[in-house]
Amino acid sequence: MEIEIPIKKWSGKIRAVTIGTEKNGITIGGEDTLPFHHFEGSIPNKPIIAFEVQDIYPSDWLDVVKEPYGEYLKNPIEWAKAAVVKYNADMVCLNLLSTHPDRENRSADEAAELVKNIISEIDVPLIIKGPGSSEKQNQVLNKCGEAGAGKRCIIASAVEDNYKTITAACQAYGHIVVAETPIDVNLAKQLNILISDMNFPPGRIIIDPLTGGLGYGLEYTYSVMERIRLQALGGDAMLQMPFICFVGQEVWRVKEVKVDESVEPLWGDMKKRGICWEAATAITLLLSGADILVMRHPEAINIVRKSVGRLMEK
Amino acid sequence: MALTGLEVFKLLPNTNCRECGFATCLAFAMRLAAKKIEAEECPYLSEEAKEILGASAVPPIRLVEIKSGDKSVKIGEELVMFRHEKKFFHQTAFSVCIDDSEDEREITEKLEKIKKINFERAGEILKLDLIAVKDTSGDKQKFCKTINLIKNFIDLPLILFSENPEIVTVGLEEIPDDKPLIYSANNENWEKMTELAKKYNASLAITAEDGLKGLSELSERIKNKGFENIVLNPKCRSLTEILTNYTLIRRLSLENNYRNLGYPIILYLENEDNFINSAVGICKYASIVVFNDVNDWEYLPLLTLRQNIFSDPQKPLQVEPGIYKVGEPDESSPVFVTTNFSLTYFIVSTEIEGAGFSGHLIITDAEGLSVLSAWSAGKFSGEIVGKFVINSGIENNISHRNIIIPGYVAVISGELEDSLPGWNVYVGPQEASDIPSYLKEVWSKEN
Repeated sequence: MEIEIPIKKWSGKIRAVTIGTEKNGITIGGEDTLPFHHFEGSIPNKPIIAFEVQDIYPSDWLDVVKEPYGEYLKNPIEWAKAAVVKYNADMVCLNLLSTHPDRENRSADEAAELVKNIISEIDVPLIIKGPGSSEKQNQVLNKCGEAGAGKRCIIASAVEDNYKTITAACQAYGHIVVAETPIDVNLAKQLNILISDMNFPPGRIIIDPLTGGLGYGLEYTYSVMERIRLQALGGDAMLQMPFICFVGQEVWRVKEVKVDESVEPLWGDMKKRGICWEAATAITLLLSGADILVMRHPEAINIVRKSVGRLMEK
Repeated sequence: MALTGLEVFKLLPNTNCRECGFATCLAFAMRLAAKKIEAEECPYLSEEAKEILGASAVPPIRLVEIKSGDKSVKIGEELVMFRHEKKFFHQTAFSVCIDDSEDEREITEKLEKIKKINFERAGEILKLDLIAVKDTSGDKQKFCKTINLIKNFIDLPLILFSENPEIVTVGLEEIPDDKPLIYSANNENWEKMTELAKKYNASLAITAEDGLKGLSELSERIKNKGFENIVLNPKCRSLTEILTNYTLIRRLSLENNYRNLGYPIILYLENEDNFINSAVGICKYASIVVFNDVNDWEYLPLLTLRQNIFSDPQKPLQVEPGIYKVGEPDESSPVFVTTNFSLTYFIVSTEIEGAGFSGHLIITDAEGLSVLSAWSAGKFSGEIVGKFVINSGIENNISHRNIIIPGYVAVISGELEDSLPGWNVYVGPQEASDIPSYLKEVWSKEN
């Protein structure tokens, strides 16, 4: 007796978004089915992993994560180059942490200079991540957007209370905007509508659903992504955007990756445990639809990259 | 497959006779669909309706129980494809495989490790559930000896890992009071295996080549022999195939009411890519994962992932109310108060520690709600928080009388000061992520 395989065809499709220039462009999204459901739909583009690079020495990073980058960490340009040359990064995420008023409060001009230099030194597409603090976020992302004009970078992030300046900058300089909302289907949709209402093309929006790390809310992100994706495939045009998940920053600050095995012998080798923590978080998010994962540890990235390859086999 | 109220309604006579005790057939249908009453309470059901309703009462995925003494592992009886639709009911059971060709010392070492795996997290104990005994030696005596070694050491239900009915027989005889899982029956040995499983009250995993079709045909043959405690082992050659087959099995049983595959799934991980494959299995419908070997550092992430995925999306995980130490607080360390929503607790404590501070974290009983929800539900008012702080006994542990409240409930600060005479209430940041800068910029300067 043959089994009739129940195939689901959806009316909706995730928008394909190309990041980068004609020379180095990478396309994500474009799928018309649930994550890795090759048996019933088309998934033209694989999920991409971006290496997180900070604009300042990451003194608060664990040695475990700093060790693979060594001396390169002292110079963000060298760091970005190492990610690309040494670890074959497909994409780099420049985190402009030092511009935050509570940190070094570096100027928007300084950040823009760095963006310009990084773009000229590496040949992979770039994600530019602002400091988050509202006023400064606008200044920094506007200047950096200008510095990267025409390079089709991803600019992170616009939020509901603060999206206009950032969207306008992405509009003016030809970038892609990240729309960040706190783990909620309706808020995600609403922000996409607000941004689109500024005549910004929906095909240049990426959703940041807000990532909870493993053990720290991962299941909330997982389910909200599943719900957004189901609604998008069901035909909701204002949710048919790819997802970006900032994994590394959530994973590498939790207790379970920081405590040494001499304190918790049953937890096992701290370094390997941390790598597993980041990889497990990333894999779970891939299964709920992540299109871009921003990560830190090269070994975790390697594990996830290999898994993406296996999940993309038809 | 569960029917909706309206689907049930269409099967009823629609006479509104009230003999069932309800005013209308529709009201009866709604209660029946919610499984609050039995179909028999309607005296006028047609035979056809009885049959449909009867079938809908059988769970689409069978519940299978694997037991040893009072230790019981239940798997199956799942109702949804996605956890947000309701929840995933029975979490993936973790099993480690013990090979009977290994010597006693190696086995004991392995068992000692298994026994130690026991993590407390968010009010739950995370541990392994099953042990599989594999018949690599091909020697009945060795198989029995290994079973006894395990049973003397640790009380967990067993998986008898063998395709040889003779070996399975002697294994079952060693543990006549248990309900183990036999792994596994195939197209050659299934008749003998089915008899054994029946005789010894065991459950039976089945393996077949030829994908879902082969599996479905084998399960039907076994079911026709009157045995139904079946677990499916779909042979998969790649990670994509695991994801595809497991998804299709769940979909066929839930959405197409396809009975032959309405059983839980077992995933055996031989060696390579264990970690990733098991993570995929946890998220995507594996009811049992059997590891040949697990590295120490992989247990905590995998058990935590399982806890995350199988938590109830409608019911926030709670932590016990009380005073929690963050870092190594002393009498001058700051005091924080927040609700017992476990995510709130985790994030707040992580931020305090991440900022390099120690503190006393008071967790009130807010029924697992987050700060704003608890406040709007009247469970985090100044009075309630004040009473809780006094009753907590924190005053004996600290030399100061300063307390930091979440920024979202700044409005309760006045009321809180009234119910905490002699205390100063500090309004902290709204978001936990701003705690580090708050502690450095505000708190440290004033204290």
